[in-house]
Amino acid sequence: MSLAPSPEQADGTAPLLTVAGLSKSFGPVQVLKGIDLAVEAGQVHAIIGENGAGKSTLMKILSGHLQPTEGGIRIDGQPVVFSGPVDAEHRGIVLVHQEILLAPDLTVAQNVYLGREIARGLVVDDKAMNEGARKAIRELGGDIDPNVTVGRLSIAQRQLVQIARSLLVPHRLVIFDEPTASLTPVETEALLKVIADIRAKGTAVLYISHRLPEVKQIADKVTVLRDGRLVTTRDADEVEPVDMARLMVGRDVAKLYPDRSTSGVRDIVLEVEDMSVPGYAEHASFQLRKGEILGFAGLVGAGRTELMEGMVGLRPAHGTVRLAGKPASFANVHDSLKAGIAYLSEDRKGKGLLLAKDLKVNLTLASLGRFVRWGQVDRAREREALDKAISEFDIRTGSKDLLAGQLSGGNQQKLLLAKMMMLDPSIVIIDEPTRGIDIGTKQQIYKFIAGLAAEGRSIIVVSSEMPELIGLCDRILVMRTGHIVGEVAGDRMNENEIVVLATGVHAGEAA
Amino acid sequence: MTETAAATAKAKRSWKDVDLRAVAPFVALALLLVLGAFANPNFISVDNLLNVLTRSAFIAVIAVGATFVISAGGLDLSVGSMVAFVASLTILFMNSGVVSDPMMTIVAAALLALAIGAACGLANGLITTVGRIEPFIATLGTMGIYRGLTTWLSQGGAITLRNPEVQSLYRPVYFGEIFGVPFPIYVIAITAAIGAFVLYRTRYGRHVVAVGSNEDVAHYSGIPVSRVRTLTYVIQGLCVAVACLIYIPRLGSTSATTGLMWELQAITAVVVGGTALRGGVGRIWGTVCGAFILEIVGNIMLLSNFVSEYLLGAIQGAIIIIAMLVQRSLVRKT
Repeated sequence: MSLAPSPEQADGTAPLLTVAGLSKSFGPVQVLKGIDLAVEAGQVHAIIGENGAGKSTLMKILSGHLQPTEGGIRIDGQPVVFSGPVDAEHRGIVLVHQEILLAPDLTVAQNVYLGREIARGLVVDDKAMNEGARKAIRELGGDIDPNVTVGRLSIAQRQLVQIARSLLVPHRLVIFDEPTASLTPVETEALLKVIADIRAKGTAVLYISHRLPEVKQIADKVTVLRDGRLVTTRDADEVEPVDMARLMVGRDVAKLYPDRSTSGVRDIVLEVEDMSVPGYAEHASFQLRKGEILGFAGLVGAGRTELMEGMVGLRPAHGTVRLAGKPASFANVHDSLKAGIAYLSEDRKGKGLLLAKDLKVNLTLASLGRFVRWGQVDRAREREALDKAISEFDIRTGSKDLLAGQLSGGNQQKLLLAKMMMLDPSIVIIDEPTRGIDIGTKQQIYKFIAGLAAEGRSIIVVSSEMPELIGLCDRILVMRTGHIVGEVAGDRMNENEIVVLATGVHAGEAA
Repeated sequence: MTETAAATAKAKRSWKDVDLRAVAPFVALALLLVLGAFANPNFISVDNLLNVLTRSAFIAVIAVGATFVISAGGLDLSVGSMVAFVASLTILFMNSGVVSDPMMTIVAAALLALAIGAACGLANGLITTVGRIEPFIATLGTMGIYRGLTTWLSQGGAITLRNPEVQSLYRPVYFGEIFGVPFPIYVIAITAAIGAFVLYRTRYGRHVVAVGSNEDVAHYSGIPVSRVRTLTYVIQGLCVAVACLIYIPRLGSTSATTGLMWELQAITAVVVGGTALRGGVGRIWGTVCGAFILEIVGNIMLLSNFVSEYLLGAIQGAIIIIAMLVQRSLVRKT
């Protein structure tokens, strides 16, 4: 029904993309209310907001995945209605998804060209596609063999492949949905460079992120959403990350990390010696004290997650573990859970929660034995436990009958935390506690973690976010390529020290 | 979904929230009963319906076991062959005269059948979990093995219960009635009730569904995934044995073609009943309903003159496809 924008009209008088009075409702629920937005060519326009603020819905509408309930979209001043994501792509609007959507068994080139293979007659032209993929990735500043299967790439490399794939179609506006959520600082830096390059070519970029310093660094304009409404759009020069956080949450969040009193020398509760996880970690030794929060820093792929999984019996590993001085060995997770060690996976959705099951089932899954009475699971007691967990961990859910997959990321993390705390562990290992979680919820999770430590539990936090580790931990161990390469504590606890240890390169050289 | 959306959606809870997938099989069963009544007035008579339910007993009981296997994300193609194998060994034992007293012969044979069924199921379970072979392939293999062993035991012919005393004592287990209701219908009810209790109410049942829903999450939650899975196959084997125990007195003999294609009927009953083939959801009563539907469709075809009864297999094949299509269109929109 709408007119296709003709290139002649792109004369610079109208912004590349304008959105006016855009609203979206799902049934009776209004998710977006009267959004006005103008995106200019050659600019990076950041959209920030807490989870549930409506960012994703807005992006889905702009990329043709959803239709607005009210209001319209114009490209070059011409009203358009997208019939679907393919239609939006034809008009030059490309969405780079937050999740990696690649086939792990296909090669890099096959993935880049999936669905739009170059063919000569009936036969696909692998040579041309390999060439094209190599070139596309090189343009993004990467160097990946197009013949390698995607399953063998790191997360950052996969993301690069995904971006290369998205940019293969002619594009005028690229939407990045939280692209740095699972990247290390070094990888993030590289991605921001890629985005700057895209902008330099006159392409408009919509950039969604929770990481405010990053937004400050890359964005020209910042739009803040809160509860489905547009709070403000400002020039990025005018706002500091602290202001952005305040605008997003609607209150002051200057104090992100809780105060902690760390007093005196305490007993060692966990001693790991010479722990090796074949292929991932070697000869790792460390100690954990009662009431301590110990951080594990390092690049993605440094072996932190695997070391923890090996130690608790989730992967084959060998080494010595002593709990309160007594030797212990865990053949499987069941043993370590029984010994009072709980591990919360970084992969909340894949390994932490049953997304298709309700909150109650998830909450009691690891501790179901406690709810059995006369051979039966006592559902009334499960419900009581859920009520308690909801209030204790402030799990925000409309109903107690929702499925875990219907909760926002932050509330899923709270539920996972509640689930593992049902076991009353003395040692809690939390892997990426706040990945993809908005700043308000982050603050809560940090408070919970500090609270657990104050109760006398010992905590290990594995994280790729250095400010988080520095703000939360008593000491930080840094891993590089499977080895614990150093410890930072006290005065030396700063990003520079950690980066030097994690990369093995001094900051000056890395830049 | 956003938090606000969730909150408001929840405020109004009504009959619309009823999971249609759970109700669909019972609605289908009701529609079939109406259809059958129109096709032939004799269909709706109590005698005919009891007769139909009785004949659905084998598949219903086996399918209760299959519900466990499938809920946990597995599959068992060997159940039809397993019926032939377990039933043949049981008859051979009764013929052997190891136990002289006829009553004790039957009791011992029943225990033996349960033991063999459990062992066959255990083999399936261990091959898929310890051997880490896809359940489709593993049970395709044992399907051939159990069938082949039966053919060998029977030397290509039939294995027949020969002791007349045992025969007459055993006969009521299929043909007998209690309060006018055929005995096999009680067997269905009891098996399903036990199955429903275990699947819905016990810790093990919760673990089965968790493993089928997401194996990794179950593993990270400290659930012994392999043991849970293996046990589902043992439960399947026990259900097969129970089905054998009511099958033997019906014909008193087995052959290489006993239980042929029963695995397909059992899987169809499970899927028609609303259990997800990918695992994570199990519906015992839906499964029993699915087994009834299959038998009723056959009965209606037999009693009406619309469709040739030789098309039964084709109709049953169509049912499984229609059931899947209905299931997909009823996916809860959340």
